Amino acid sequence: MKSFKEILFKSITYFAAIFSILALFGIILTLFMEGLPVFQEVSLKEFLFSSAWYPTNEHQSFGALALLMGSLAVTLGALIIAVPIGLGSAVYLSEVAGSRTKEIVKPMIELLAGIPSVVYGLFGMAFLAPFLIRNLGIDSGLNIFTASIVLGIMIIPIISSMSEDALSNVPRALREASYGLGATKWETITRIVIPAAKTGIIGSFVLGFGRAIGETMVVIMVAGGAAQIPSSIFDPVRPLTTSIAVEMAETVIGSIHFHSLFALAIMLFIITFTTNLFTELFLFKKVK
Amino acid sequence: MNKRKFKEHIGIGFLRLGVIFTAFFLIAFLYIIFSKGGGVLSWTFLTDIPREGMTTGGIFPALVGTLYLTLLSILIALPLGVFTAIYMVHLAKPYWLMRIVRIAVNTLAGVPSIIYGLFGLTLFVRIMQLEVSLISGALTLAILALPVIINSSEEAIRGVPKSFREASLALGATERQTILRVIVPTALPNILTGAIISIGRVAGETAPIMFTAATFYSRKLPTALNHEVMALPYHIYALMTEGSKPEQQVPIAYGTAVVLLLLVLLVSATAIIIRYKIRKSRQW
Repeated sequence: MKSFKEILFKSITYFAAIFSILALFGIILTLFMEGLPVFQEVSLKEFLFSSAWYPTNEHQSFGALALLMGSLAVTLGALIIAVPIGLGSAVYLSEVAGSRTKEIVKPMIELLAGIPSVVYGLFGMAFLAPFLIRNLGIDSGLNIFTASIVLGIMIIPIISSMSEDALSNVPRALREASYGLGATKWETITRIVIPAAKTGIIGSFVLGFGRAIGETMVVIMVAGGAAQIPSSIFDPVRPLTTSIAVEMAETVIGSIHFHSLFALAIMLFIITFTTNLFTELFLFKKVK
Repeated sequence: MNKRKFKEHIGIGFLRLGVIFTAFFLIAFLYIIFSKGGGVLSWTFLTDIPREGMTTGGIFPALVGTLYLTLLSILIALPLGVFTAIYMVHLAKPYWLMRIVRIAVNTLAGVPSIIYGLFGLTLFVRIMQLEVSLISGALTLAILALPVIINSSEEAIRGVPKSFREASLALGATERQTILRVIVPTALPNILTGAIISIGRVAGETAPIMFTAATFYSRKLPTALNHEVMALPYHIYALMTEGSKPEQQVPIAYGTAVVLLLLVLLVSATAIIIRYKIRKSRQW
């Protein structure tokens, strides 16, 4: 009964749906295919626990610990800046602001989210770094501190808009019950609304974390690029993404160095994959 | 009682500070970029090629390169995304496959853009031997844009009232006819809005095209799919990290950033206007 056209249409639809699965598998496959060969030359222990990243020395060594620490340092810094500001503005927009303030501020946050990361990088490198040198008396403006500020500004919109969604989904009745019991607005916010929206809010932090740790352009331009375990927030660092992007242009295809960059990408992929899974489980639980 | 009121004042004051900070960042940020880059803008800047080691001249090849890369990638990703969304909303069988597609799409959405770059380098540039080229970059960007397009198309298709589908099926239309002639056309404005928003995103991406498409400098415009291209975001990066005359390069970088921002803002504004018009004209 079914005509050829119907079958063709269904096949195209199925193909499109399966394409995303193929793309994901393709990404995982290429990362492992190009990344694993490095472990024929470098032990996993050295890769994970040594902080000596000297891929171009005569005695090469591929310890990724300092790079991982660099990534974590700037990401943590970004969250310290973006969590209070993002959550604060989300709560304000959802619980306090009138509709006019919302109408002005929400598009602004959307706008902030649409700015390309390389423009944030330019801002950090050409404006913020010299500005901080002049005002803080530090030698170089390209360090954890500057990178954290720029990355932080970048992830404020993610945290703010996702938290706001979570807060707006809290049923009105909960707030009214709280007011009915004589609680102030502040008490209602901190003891009723925020706890009720907890999962969505935590989800927004995790998403912000994933975005910051995977960001490339800002950290290449602003984090300083030194592969060392930082001892101060004004130390330059070299996050995973910086090494991948900068060194890929300099290395010979097929060399150990080339494979080691894919191994770094595996590390990055595992981190973002786990954090995504975490949010997924959180949000899925909420739906149930 | 007073203590509680006092606490409320302080607390809400802090929340307000959050909004003020966010607004302040945005305004300061845009002001700095536009005030430092606005002076460079001119007709020649937009239409001339970069000259003398990128210390003077314009950004025309980068502008054209970004337009090509972006449009091509959306042309590839849009049909795939729309058909995936049709699957998710209307076919959705078998259930396990739909769950896996959903997980794959959500995972893809969270993959850092540099990893898309490595994937494009391995699959398109090396295995398929497409070289560092317009087509390699566009394919890489298409996969990057796919999850966003799937999600927005899915929302658009889900927004079409059930009664439309039922009416069409009751009139004797097949499933294919119903979807292609009733549901997709109804959802089209919203699908396009989503596509336009992802154009803005794709236009600003740098990391995925670093090893797949972009070149620091090219005098000629790309005329074939296998040509390397310049691109606005990569041009900004190149001006800031390569070359030996920062005092001449930095202003050009700011100017390029202004052009890129205007492009992205223009595209988002278009999407917002379309969305607004749809909401006004909708009868259901």
